[in-house]
Amino acid sequence: MKNLKKLSLGLASAAALFGSSLTAEETVKVGVLHSLSGTMAISETSLRDILLFTFDEINAAGGVLGKKIEPVVVDGASDWPTFAEKAEQLLAQDKVSATFGCWTSVSRKFVLPVYEKYNGLLFYPVQYEGEELSPNIFYTAEAVGQQAIPAVDYLLEEGYKKFYLIGTDYVYPQTTNLVLFEYLQSKGIKVENIGGGLRKDASGEVISAGKYTPFSHSDYQQIVAEIKAFTASGDACVINTINGDSNVSFFKEIAASGITADDCPIVSFSLSEDEFRSLPTKDLVGHLGCWTYFMSLDTPANKKFVKNFNKWLKTAPAGVQKEGRVTCSPMVLSYNGVYLWKAAVEKAGTFEPEAVIKALESGISFDGPGGTVTSQKNHHLTKNVYIGETLEDGQFEILESYDNVYGEPFLKGTF
Amino acid sequence: MNLFDNKLEARGFIVAAIVLLFALPMLNGLTSPDSFLHVSSFQISLWGKYVTYAILAMSLNVLWGYTGMLCLCQSLFFALGAYAFGMYLMLHVGVDTVYNTALPDFMDFQGYTELPWYWKPFESAPFAVLAAVGIPGIVSFIFGVLVFRSRIKGVYFSIITQALTYALMLLFFKNNLELFGQSFILFGGNNGLNGFKEIFGASVDSASTQRWLFIASVLLMLTVYLAIAWVLKTKFGKVQQAIRDSENRIRFSGYSTTTYKLLIFTVCAMIAGAAGALYVPQVGGINANEMTPAKSLDVVVWVAFGGRGTKFGPILGAVVVSLLKSFFLRAAPDSWLIILGAIFIFTVLFMPNGLVGLPQQLKPLWKRIRSKSTTSTVPVS
Repeated sequence: MKNLKKLSLGLASAAALFGSSLTAEETVKVGVLHSLSGTMAISETSLRDILLFTFDEINAAGGVLGKKIEPVVVDGASDWPTFAEKAEQLLAQDKVSATFGCWTSVSRKFVLPVYEKYNGLLFYPVQYEGEELSPNIFYTAEAVGQQAIPAVDYLLEEGYKKFYLIGTDYVYPQTTNLVLFEYLQSKGIKVENIGGGLRKDASGEVISAGKYTPFSHSDYQQIVAEIKAFTASGDACVINTINGDSNVSFFKEIAASGITADDCPIVSFSLSEDEFRSLPTKDLVGHLGCWTYFMSLDTPANKKFVKNFNKWLKTAPAGVQKEGRVTCSPMVLSYNGVYLWKAAVEKAGTFEPEAVIKALESGISFDGPGGTVTSQKNHHLTKNVYIGETLEDGQFEILESYDNVYGEPFLKGTF
Repeated sequence: MNLFDNKLEARGFIVAAIVLLFALPMLNGLTSPDSFLHVSSFQISLWGKYVTYAILAMSLNVLWGYTGMLCLCQSLFFALGAYAFGMYLMLHVGVDTVYNTALPDFMDFQGYTELPWYWKPFESAPFAVLAAVGIPGIVSFIFGVLVFRSRIKGVYFSIITQALTYALMLLFFKNNLELFGQSFILFGGNNGLNGFKEIFGASVDSASTQRWLFIASVLLMLTVYLAIAWVLKTKFGKVQQAIRDSENRIRFSGYSTTTYKLLIFTVCAMIAGAAGALYVPQVGGINANEMTPAKSLDVVVWVAFGGRGTKFGPILGAVVVSLLKSFFLRAAPDSWLIILGAIFIFTVLFMPNGLVGLPQQLKPLWKRIRSKSTTSTVPVS
């Protein structure tokens, strides 16, 4: 951080020498609120890195409204009350113009009242379950309709007729699977062909669909045996919303049972390129992923983005891991968030969150690495969705793309 | 009977009471936000949180410092109190705009249309307040009967308390519990309880509510302090300290140490529960993360850092460690764990009596410096 300040000071004094009016004081503070320690650090640190890269990129190009971005980085420590406390500190003491942060739904739920109380602005970049719309949050994240639904559409097109739902027991998998349960039925899939089990309330209404395991669960023998029996007919696939390291055990068991991607593809929603830096990919090869960005996208915009990020890493501040880095969807959605914020600030002519939110609601487009994204009135983004097949090196080969998919957070009960 | 050990303690208590109960809330409520004397609402709710941590540390210190039982599930009782009061808050968020029901959102997610029977009593504020103290009390009593009657003590007691908090953490992380072929919705699973709107009919976020919650927390802390000071001077308190020093001797002297331990264990759990109930509206939420064993270990660190077996040590420890953590999370987001870890190791190695023992520890050193300086300034005659 010190180096960064020195650098910007140096730049500013150089600029002053050449007669520019830029001075070191003309900065705008933004918050970076991610877990840099604790269980979520492995995922969230990458988002901190990409944000610092984005700020440097924008600052080098002249900043926002002539002001340099000054990031205030705080560690949420994978602890939700800490997230709430630090969010309030960013708003009350640092008076940040915008915050980029949060990964887990629970961290977002904890900071949401804080942003509403101070009328701040938070950009949230990670795929989530929807069913929420705060006036002070912009969800650059994939909604269920931009990940699970296109994935199911793809599998239906490929001729699969049986769907097994499995996930970690928390609100994102539960909600996603309930939406999928409704969606699959609307597409003519019979209830007995939706695997994983149903749970009904006293009146007989389905309140939960699919199979759930706790966080860090590692014993998938029984479940995989069940999946094997389910897939015997040959036209079945698995929708996987398991989170984190449980995936290693799950896919190991799948490979051991002899289920291959050819007879039963598994589509995962929580495994991106960045996760594969720490997870073995061997057992996942051939299975599917669905995101609004893949690093392997063959477009000039993406190539430039990846090249610039790698170049930045060489001079990155201490604490940023420099080797073996990849880019992934949450990182790109963070990157897009910053540029959308910049465009909205420029449109509004002010850093005032309320005016910036209005500008974003009016619809602002940005040509990001994953294609054009456009902000919507309902605080979500229209963006492209890609289906990819996992390769040995932890990258994806893109099989299908769906352009300009509308972001809709409220899907339950709409099919 | 004089509750305080000396004049210094009595004066310190009165000053603390005046500052915390009157000065800070007035500086928050009566000064303009631009004044340099102004204490922001953020600071008030932050300090309110620290005060509830301090109460939690005090309750552990009674068990560990005075009775000699290293309880590794004190945060569990804190979280149970927080959950009980959080359930009341959760039932008063009003009708949400998405589902048009007054149910907590996680029940809507999962298609519930009616409040389960075990949630219903928590609509009442007095019941929730009672439950916040009573549920930790009941859990600790039942657990205590089983543990103390089997004469489980020492490191085995620590391990089994850690197992208890771990088991309940797993339960609270679940969304539903399948029991007797029926499905019971629990307490919000991983998301826990949050998004509160109202407390006793007032807005939970307003400056005045936060101020009152702060005052209530301080009142509880001062009351607990006085109660501990009083208990320590009674026979009951003396027996507790004797149990710490030699439990067998006490038992052979005819005291039922089981009863003594059970009683103090239950009371401390209830104090932790009350602190938890005050914690939840000031933080804005609770989830099962608060029940992880690491959270209870945090409390042990606070007590050890501040000074175990002293009345003021746990308060100091909880506040100073929380302040340090809060500071370094922002000042050194990459390396705060290493910095805090180094501070803890230093304390354990070189400050056996914690922060409160520091002046006593420095006295000989100070004397030496003073005698040296006097010898050098005295002219040689």
